[in-house]
Amino acid sequence: MAQDDHSGTELAAADSSHEALAPTASPGTALISSDAFENPGFPPHRPRVTDEDPKKEKRAQRTVYTLFYLSILGSVWAVAAYMLFPIESNDVGAVRLNNMFIGLGATLALLGLGFGIVHWGKAIMDDVELADERHPIGGSPETQAAAAKVFSDSDKESGFTRRSVIRNSLIGALIAFPLPALVLFRGFAPQDQLPVELLSHTMWAKGTRLALDPSGVPIKAADVTIGSAFHIIPEGLAELEHGKLEEKAKAAVLLMRLEPSELNQAPDRESWSYDGIVAYSKICTHVGCPVALYEQHTHHLLCPCHQSQFDVANHCEVIFGPAKRPLPQLPIAVDDEGYLIAQSDFTEPVGPSFWERS
Amino acid sequence: MSTAPSTQVTPKRSFTASASVYVNERTSLAGFVKELGRKAFPDHWSFLLGEIALFSFVVILISGTFLTFFFQASMAEVHYDGSYVPLKGVEMSVAMASTLDISFDIRGGLFVRQMHHWAALLFVAAIGLHMLRIFFTGAFRKPREFNWLIGFTLFILAMGEGFTGYSLPDDLLSGNGLRIIDGLIKGIPVIGTWTSFLLFGGEFPGTAIVGRLYTLHILLLPAIVVALIAIHLVLVVVHKHTQYAAPGKTQQNAVGPPILPIYAAKAGGFFFIIFGVLALIASLFTINPIWNYGPYDPSPVSAGTQPDWYIGFADGALRLIPPGWEFVWLDRTWSFNILVPLIAIGIFILLVVAYPFIEAWVKGDHREHHIADRPRNAPTRTAIGAAGVTFYAGLWAAASSDILATHFSLTMEGVIHALQAMVIIGPFVAYFIAKRVCIALQKKDREVVLHGYESGRIVKLPGGEFIEVHQPLDEYDRWKLVSYESYEPLMIRPNARGKITVGQRLRAGMSRWFFEDRIAPVTKGELEASHSAHH
Amino acid sequence: MNRSKRRTGRRHPLATVALLALGLVFTGGAYAALSSGTAAQAEAEPTSQETIEQGKKLFQANCATCHGLEAQGTNNGPSLIGVGAAAVDFQVGTGRMPMQMQGPQAQEKPPQFTDEQTKQLAYYVASLGPGPDIPADSLVNGGGDAANGAELFRINCAMCHNVAGAGGALTEGKFAPPLTDVSGVHIYEAMVTGPQNMPVFNDLNISPEDKRDVITYLKYVQDNRSPGGFELGSLGPVAEGLFIWIFGLGAIVAVTVWITAKSN
Repeated sequence: MAQDDHSGTELAAADSSHEALAPTASPGTALISSDAFENPGFPPHRPRVTDEDPKKEKRAQRTVYTLFYLSILGSVWAVAAYMLFPIESNDVGAVRLNNMFIGLGATLALLGLGFGIVHWGKAIMDDVELADERHPIGGSPETQAAAAKVFSDSDKESGFTRRSVIRNSLIGALIAFPLPALVLFRGFAPQDQLPVELLSHTMWAKGTRLALDPSGVPIKAADVTIGSAFHIIPEGLAELEHGKLEEKAKAAVLLMRLEPSELNQAPDRESWSYDGIVAYSKICTHVGCPVALYEQHTHHLLCPCHQSQFDVANHCEVIFGPAKRPLPQLPIAVDDEGYLIAQSDFTEPVGPSFWERS
Repeated sequence: MSTAPSTQVTPKRSFTASASVYVNERTSLAGFVKELGRKAFPDHWSFLLGEIALFSFVVILISGTFLTFFFQASMAEVHYDGSYVPLKGVEMSVAMASTLDISFDIRGGLFVRQMHHWAALLFVAAIGLHMLRIFFTGAFRKPREFNWLIGFTLFILAMGEGFTGYSLPDDLLSGNGLRIIDGLIKGIPVIGTWTSFLLFGGEFPGTAIVGRLYTLHILLLPAIVVALIAIHLVLVVVHKHTQYAAPGKTQQNAVGPPILPIYAAKAGGFFFIIFGVLALIASLFTINPIWNYGPYDPSPVSAGTQPDWYIGFADGALRLIPPGWEFVWLDRTWSFNILVPLIAIGIFILLVVAYPFIEAWVKGDHREHHIADRPRNAPTRTAIGAAGVTFYAGLWAAASSDILATHFSLTMEGVIHALQAMVIIGPFVAYFIAKRVCIALQKKDREVVLHGYESGRIVKLPGGEFIEVHQPLDEYDRWKLVSYESYEPLMIRPNARGKITVGQRLRAGMSRWFFEDRIAPVTKGELEASHSAHH
Repeated sequence: MNRSKRRTGRRHPLATVALLALGLVFTGGAYAALSSGTAAQAEAEPTSQETIEQGKKLFQANCATCHGLEAQGTNNGPSLIGVGAAAVDFQVGTGRMPMQMQGPQAQEKPPQFTDEQTKQLAYYVASLGPGPDIPADSLVNGGGDAANGAELFRINCAMCHNVAGAGGALTEGKFAPPLTDVSGVHIYEAMVTGPQNMPVFNDLNISPEDKRDVITYLKYVQDNRSPGGFELGSLGPVAEGLFIWIFGLGAIVAVTVWITAKSN
């Protein structure tokens, strides 16, 4: 800024080439033709209607102050709306009116101001156009030399280049000093927990009953009719005092019953289902959204976040979308009272993949 | 404006004059006013796009400050007892409950909340549009490269601000958004698991994340954004604004109305207009109805779960990966279904950041450029931009693949396959079309300069022949069409030791790519030749 | 109020648009009124032999091609023995049956039968084998606990139908329909019968009282406009993003053109 002492000169023709700016700068591969047209200079000034017709100018003035008065009206309206449209308890319609009328008042206040000011600037203020001279951004050669001298003087006086041992040890110290701060970040998570361990286990254990989400009521195998989808949590989760959401984020399960003939089960997993009832983790193996869009005829499960599709009839293998691994299956059985129970925890970590998982 | 402290007190001085003298004698502000007050500011609608971003940010600051007085960034569980009937008694975090209270139990609270969110969407959109303008007019060239970097950083920070804010209410939509972030981080090799563990303060979702994001959202990120905006604007003043080629406008001047009063009136008024438009939208259009989504719970999810628009490209990139891109190797899981989108987006971002430097290196042009290009006069750059926009648009559209499917009666599989093709082939097609269109437009400009406009007037010649009269251009109109420079491909020359380096070859190759097809501006000689050929 | 006549014979250019919009609003309103009328009359009528006979005739004339003369099912349509009156009332009452053509899923359309004919068909099919009945009015009139219903809706329904009941996409061109103007009876019947690819939610999964609560919540959403203003289809961030780009930024860019244009 400081080098510009000529701001606000009236328009005058100037020379079009780059040379005047930085005579030494290379144009690179630009083609500079000696036969190029020259800048014709500024065209004649064209007056506005408000410059020529006093009536029009009067009208513009009227428009501007009317807009400002409207703006005042809008502000008053918004204040009045605040009082006239209170929020009655439990009434969404009142909130809607309150929101709308306060908002429309504020809108009128702001738009009246905005359009009024701009119109004033456009139509009434003198139509001045100025040309500022540009100067090389680097400054004059003298300024640049003076700056360079400041650096070389301070280098000489401090011995920054000369005393290399001091300088290098300083650099070393500067690199080392943030390290303690980095270590502090370990405290962002509990010191006595390890993520891989936590990710490998869920609340499911041998004998845990399957219960309805969110009520926590255990369910019987007979309750699950063909074509049903039950959203399941482990019994006891709903009563947890701490860590309920963390456990639910791993233990949520979708229970479905298919015609047993429609299930293509691997021999080692035939005992994991019960009479066509299968339980799969609801947490997507891609990035962890709940996969619960179950189509009872195609037996497809769809994740609404990234559209991975899993085939329930074939151990939830991926048939479309970015997920790779099938949804983990929860081995289930029926206890002597007829309730559905887990045979064990999941046999692999549920949810999104992570580095240490193998 | 008085320019120097005056010792002679004249009794007739107006109040404004006395006040400015009073202030100046204590601050030396007169120097600033003298420097800046009558600076010319080039006037063009596309120069106001950055202002849209700036002013919506001001609206965000004002409305956000109001919200901080009511919002409580705590994940402690409470039973909601506010006014919204379908959530009464439901267990939720304090963050969610306080956001509901802002919406339902504080008069005008919903209005401010909606304005804050709409302004955030507008903020990022305006930055995007502003960057496109800078790119396509070459306004990133020397001396403005740093400002491109700062602006780009602001774009990334704005997305960070947006995402942290989106996550604060702890509703079902934002909770699932965080779930995706958690899964994404866990997929990063080596550091992923621990990064997620530290970020969430233990297992997902934990009870820490909202408080942490809140600190980022209202303290750290805004502080950096404000500082960078300040530097961005100081540099605009130092550089003086670019201008489009027009008669009288040169590389050595900046032409436009003075900052005081016209520009100040237009910009000041524009601030109120943007504020007003946002107020209008906030009073009439619902945004982020968290009362529909309910509190976060890891089990439910809503159909149509999407991030806000500016994160859409990343979400879309995740959706476009075909099945099976994950392997176990060396007893470790390599999630390429997550790494490939991250790396592709990373490369895209790096190319955007580096583009000004790449173009400068190819051209070898060390001059300052203050006249903004017309996009057609830099065909290769414009084509590269079009390719980039197509790539981004493909990813962005993929984030709404399910909504595209239901609203255009398509299958979501079909939409995904089409967008996979678009992201890979689309940029090449867009590049080709944009380049051809630019060159065709340049040719048309040459035609117009050489032969004038088609006037639409048909004249019968004495010989019975009909011709359309062409209206020649005046010198002012002509200047807009001829005042650009073209570049020629670089010739490889051996260096001092008689060798041609790899860098030289690469530069020559890129230079050929950039400038092989070029249309030079009409010269005086050509115009004369054309005239003499006609008569 | 003295409404002034048009001074000029010329119509405002937007008049046609306004008329069209009005027409659409009225048609929609009439349709909504009609479908809620269906809901109100859903009380079980005495199933006389005559009703069943009438139903059988209708069935054989309109449904037997696909479902078989005795509703035993064919290659083109499943057996209806044991699906119950609720399934028929839902499929026929929402116009999904009879289907116009085979497709990924039966489309909703204006019902082809009167309420009485629908009931006759329903009780004919119910007479073939036991199945879910048309629910009693007390279960579908929206008199339950909206908060409990909302929570159950989020857990069991929202992943397909969207939290605000705006609908969503399923695989291979199928979709979960919007619930924004579906009657309580039909919602109840859909839950107990699991039409198309929708899973069944039997009374042991979601009890009749819980189903009533879910309907209460959906009725609340149907009856109460969003406090924030227009909902933009309740589609979430995609609609919001499109809106701010097209209308928000679009309007403001138009203003920038005005600001920088020479005043005239």
